[in-house]
Amino acid sequence: MRRRTFLTGLGALGTMGLVGCGSSKSDGEYVADPGSLQVYSAQHENLTKAWVEAFTAATGIKVQIRKGNDASMGHQIVAEGSASPADVFLTENSPAMTLVERNKLLAPLEEETRRQVPANLTPSSKAWTAIAARSTVLVYNPSKLPKADLPKSLMDLAAPEWKDRWGCAPGGADFQAIVAGMLAGQGEQKTKDWLGGLKTNARALQNNIATMKSVNAGELPCGVIYHYYWYRDQAGTKEGSGNTALHYFRNQDPGAFVSLSGGAVLAGSKKPAEARKFLAYVTSKAGQQVLVDSQSMEYAVGTGVTSTPALPPLNTLQAPPVDPFTLNSDKVTTLMTDAGIL
Amino acid sequence: MPASSDLRVDAVIRYDEPTAAVPVVRSTRTPWYVMLAAILLAALVVAPVLVVFGQATSAGSAEASRLLFRPRTAELLRNTLLLVALTVPVTVLLGCGAAWLVERTTLPGPGIWRTLLLTPLAIPAFVSSYAWTSMLPSVQGLGGAVFVTALAYYPFVFLPVAALLRALDQGHLDAARSLGLTGLGAMLRVVVPLQRPAVAGGALLVALHLLAEFGVLQMMQYPTFTTAILQQFAVGFSNAAGSLLAAVLVVLCLGFLVVEVPLRGHARIARLGPGSGQRPVAHRLGAWTVPALAALAALVGLAVMVPAAIVVRWLARAISSGAVEAGPLLAATGSSIGLSVLAGLAATLAALPGAWLLHRYPSRLAAVLERVTYVASALPGVVIGLALVTLAVQWARPVYQTAALAVTAYTVLFLPRAMVAWRSGLAAAPTELIEASRSLGVSGLGTFARVVLPLVLPSALTGFVLVFLATVTELTATLLLAPTGTETLATAFWSASDELDYVASAPYAAAMIALSAPLTLLLRRQILDQR
Repeated sequence: MRRRTFLTGLGALGTMGLVGCGSSKSDGEYVADPGSLQVYSAQHENLTKAWVEAFTAATGIKVQIRKGNDASMGHQIVAEGSASPADVFLTENSPAMTLVERNKLLAPLEEETRRQVPANLTPSSKAWTAIAARSTVLVYNPSKLPKADLPKSLMDLAAPEWKDRWGCAPGGADFQAIVAGMLAGQGEQKTKDWLGGLKTNARALQNNIATMKSVNAGELPCGVIYHYYWYRDQAGTKEGSGNTALHYFRNQDPGAFVSLSGGAVLAGSKKPAEARKFLAYVTSKAGQQVLVDSQSMEYAVGTGVTSTPALPPLNTLQAPPVDPFTLNSDKVTTLMTDAGIL
Repeated sequence: MPASSDLRVDAVIRYDEPTAAVPVVRSTRTPWYVMLAAILLAALVVAPVLVVFGQATSAGSAEASRLLFRPRTAELLRNTLLLVALTVPVTVLLGCGAAWLVERTTLPGPGIWRTLLLTPLAIPAFVSSYAWTSMLPSVQGLGGAVFVTALAYYPFVFLPVAALLRALDQGHLDAARSLGLTGLGAMLRVVVPLQRPAVAGGALLVALHLLAEFGVLQMMQYPTFTTAILQQFAVGFSNAAGSLLAAVLVVLCLGFLVVEVPLRGHARIARLGPGSGQRPVAHRLGAWTVPALAALAALVGLAVMVPAAIVVRWLARAISSGAVEAGPLLAATGSSIGLSVLAGLAATLAALPGAWLLHRYPSRLAAVLERVTYVASALPGVVIGLALVTLAVQWARPVYQTAALAVTAYTVLFLPRAMVAWRSGLAAAPTELIEASRSLGVSGLGTFARVVLPLVLPSALTGFVLVFLATVTELTATLLLAPTGTETLATAFWSASDELDYVASAPYAAAMIALSAPLTLLLRRQILDQR
């Protein structure tokens, strides 16, 4: 009897092993296919897939996506150095891109590709280009915070009267990009003071969605997020945003910061021609239309392409003028660490 | 390998120790390959700790002390210790109370309760935390964290205490009573001291799990060292700030390990005289039967039934709204099973040299090697994960972002489970058989393969299953080490629940519970084996 139980166990073990090995090979770990263009993407999965499918359909060039998030993928490319299999890097926010750029791992961008995007949406270094944009907004619950009491500036939220009255997701790359924008526009001292105010006043939530839902549930009067989380929820069930409205700071306020998602070709690319073609496609009219149709609710940045009509036009947001190249993610991390937020 | 010399030594030692119940076969000559393998594995297990400390001080001592001695560290320390100080007593109370009711009273249906009280182990803490927050968003902060973790972890106390209570000899109590102690006095003077090692061991396990906990605390928005380390990793990769926090966590962990030793106590209570121990007399509950049943039902209800029901409810919603995508779910199940099988095999194999060494060639070095394994494995997954990332990126680039690195982490983390299983298995393989085999001229390795292995394989299989199950629900090391693009059930569940998408998380939660459920039955045997 005991022997039989044991043998059954062994049999089960063998089967599990076979199933396990089989499936871990099929989906499993990343092995760069030498026949495909390697796109390291921290952008939303759906949008990246939509771009890749349309690009492959248009050019016949095969693409393999490696999915990650801004900070860790940026650091990963730096860690992999010139041996990185990456040909193209796509980010959600620009600080991850400038991290790679400062390590001199990006190839210069072609003139034609750069010209597909308005000059104010490309960095002075010309090493990468915007592929999409997102705006900072204040999501608020009008029943807890009447419109008349809304803050005039993001900087106001550091004042004592805002204690325990707002939330944000300071651990994420999204919010760190906003702080990087503030650092570039307002300087180190003001940013430091503001982060001190954040530490005392704000509730730290795990991400933008949790922030929005807390405001929606009335747990917090308002929160700092990016616009597209709200518009996506509104386009869907409104479950997480039905009780809320958006406030745009405008007036070149740090709270009107528009963050650029970046795209670049890596200097170590083994397929530079195809990589450049991919970026040219993503920023082209057709590529930007793919973004609009993907319902990601991000802003299109290509000239001559209109973003989803639900969004207020990008040029009406009065974003502060910031050269995305000057956004320094390491400095932001240090400041936030010093403020006791990280 | 000349066998005769070994045997001569064995024979001498055996005559020297006529009272030993199980003759211990000692040898002056330990096979070098076994020793080498055991030492290499112990080194592998210790390496992460050294790496973390190295990385923490890499930025220089001035920078290190700036990063270390700041209010944030104090805040995290306070949060972490407060959580431990509140949760551990609750789990001790719940675990001991439940164990006493089940093993020492006339409670109806003790067999069913024994199983039911262990079922929380089948529900990963971060899954029950998800269940509670999805229904009651106010379950949050310190209160919510204590509530969820106490319910999830009390079995760590219940299990050893119940096992010891079951093995309790009524003779001890009768002797105490005959010497004039009251019932309560006998309990305090006899039962409680006997339980000290079980309670201390269980409480230590709870404390170590609390130090390592990530999912629950992130959902409860209650920052501790582990959550802060993962946050630092997300923004700064394996930087000095994250490694410093990890170093503090290591120190805390070692501190708990040290504190547990005196708490365990040195009291040894032995039976003198002939005969076997008597089964303990059960306390009559009488009118207290109904309240006792209600209390246990409430405990199991809150710890298991409610979270499971909520998961099922979300799952039903996911199925009815067509939100369950078979492709990703199967892929995640596949990579979870694949990684867990590899981890199970790796840990089982890795534990063998050390266990074999202790069994056949006990020495001080062997004992130290074993202890080292335990200490390093008490460290949180996040520390091991962070260390292996650093190690791979700086010195072993080709293994970075491979499944092999993740499997290495699981091996380091779960080695003791396999070790314990091997040791109980080897204890069951009588040395006489080994000697007989050796005397017939079979080599050491041959004897192992043909005599020992068939006898101990069932235990090894238990070890394999324990590691397998632990890997299925491992979250923090997996988040750091799983190759990009590989989703396991735990990480897929996490990315959906992190966005508060309760419906999309449900299938992954249900799959983890389904895979973990057999653990309960396996552990139940451990209590029953005590008699």
